[in-house]
Amino acid sequence: MLRRITIVGASLAGLRAAETLRDRGFDGELTLVGDEPHRPYDRPPLSKQVLQGTWEPEQTFFRKKDGYAALALDMRLGVRARSVDLRAKRVALADGTLADYDRLIIATGARVRTLPGIRPRAGLLVLRSLDDAIALGRELMHATRVAIVGAGFIGLEVAASCRARGLDVTVIEALPVPLFHILGPTLCDMIAAMHRDHGVDLRTGVTVTDVIGESRAAGLVLSDGSRVEADVVVVGIGVTPNTEWLEGSGLTLDNGIVCDGYGEAAPHVYAAGDVARVANRWHGDSPRIEHWTNAVEQAVHAAENALAGPEASTSFSSVPYFWSDQYDRKIQFIGRARPHDEVVIVDGSLDDRRLTALFRRGDRVVACLAVNQPRALIKYRKLLASGAAWEAAISGTAVS
Amino acid sequence: MKVVVDFSICDLHGLCVEAAPEVFEIGDDGALRVLNETPEQGLRAKVDKAVRECPTGAISIEE
Repeated sequence: MLRRITIVGASLAGLRAAETLRDRGFDGELTLVGDEPHRPYDRPPLSKQVLQGTWEPEQTFFRKKDGYAALALDMRLGVRARSVDLRAKRVALADGTLADYDRLIIATGARVRTLPGIRPRAGLLVLRSLDDAIALGRELMHATRVAIVGAGFIGLEVAASCRARGLDVTVIEALPVPLFHILGPTLCDMIAAMHRDHGVDLRTGVTVTDVIGESRAAGLVLSDGSRVEADVVVVGIGVTPNTEWLEGSGLTLDNGIVCDGYGEAAPHVYAAGDVARVANRWHGDSPRIEHWTNAVEQAVHAAENALAGPEASTSFSSVPYFWSDQYDRKIQFIGRARPHDEVVIVDGSLDDRRLTALFRRGDRVVACLAVNQPRALIKYRKLLASGAAWEAAISGTAVS
Repeated sequence: MKVVVDFSICDLHGLCVEAAPEVFEIGDDGALRVLNETPEQGLRAKVDKAVRECPTGAISIEE
């Protein structure tokens, strides 16, 4: 008999898991634990609407305060989970309280990496949480020059938002082109050119060796000996999964919580979102994924399996999807590409920065990138989900 | 149930079309359309999925 379900992590995956459990008729005790003081909020707008000042921070909350009554949650916010005892089926929280469970869903997410060997100081910021976004927005009000370390999606979105605010922006990237491992060479060059055309000083193939400024960051020293002066430095060099609290628990931890295709990390224990490595039947691998849609899909899947039990559980199969909004461009990506997959632009052009590109590996189409072409993406999502051959994908283009 | 879309915040991610093609469509004009505003209860799980997966929270269900 299922009486108690505990969810650790009160961001997107944790909330979606809770909603799904209630939707599917679970009427037992449901505990949602989150280490941040805020009720669940949406992260993608932080680097865009919130940073550009077009949204108040409160607009990122998924539900209004009174929107939680229907979920009947025992919501414990501002408290970190300290450990789990799998045999006793009990989570210990940092405030000394316990949360017993019949099923546990772990969605503790990830936290930002900081520059190794660099001590924290004023003016040296990151962007992950709502509080980070508020703090960064406040700093930008008094800034004219911003240096951003890392040209990943966060770094590039922050760059675009800072340009929208009229700030001088320098972006430092260790790789020769941004997003190379995700998009491959051709499309990366287009992204780099887009930022340069919008006035970003994008410096690639260099790393940060030091931060200038004693009490407050005043810029960067780079590996080529050059210096970048800035009023604010933003570091966006990736994240680390929050698994330390699970060390010694018996769960398999290896760059995240290793799960089977049912989303199970151990009997009665599931994981979802940025912290999880769930085996995905679609590509046969179990990577850790840091994208919005993945968090939702894995959370829903974990919640359904938690209720269904081992006999009725389904295995996870999903075509990965992410998007990024930069300037007036919506970049959408489905599937899974490697840097050396063949890329064919089937519609639009690099010059227009409005295009649909397909990625080929062997005789299969493995991914699709669309820039300002949302309809194309829907078509290719179907093809990718059905495991279409390359020839079929290409000829499908010819037909429509 | 009644499906309500806030078109002012729809961002054309198209995940609803994948989740519930009986209910949502992106037309030749590139705009999202609700094909069936009052789908039968049998489509509930699919519409729920569309609501959950919409990145802008543009879809809601009125009972």
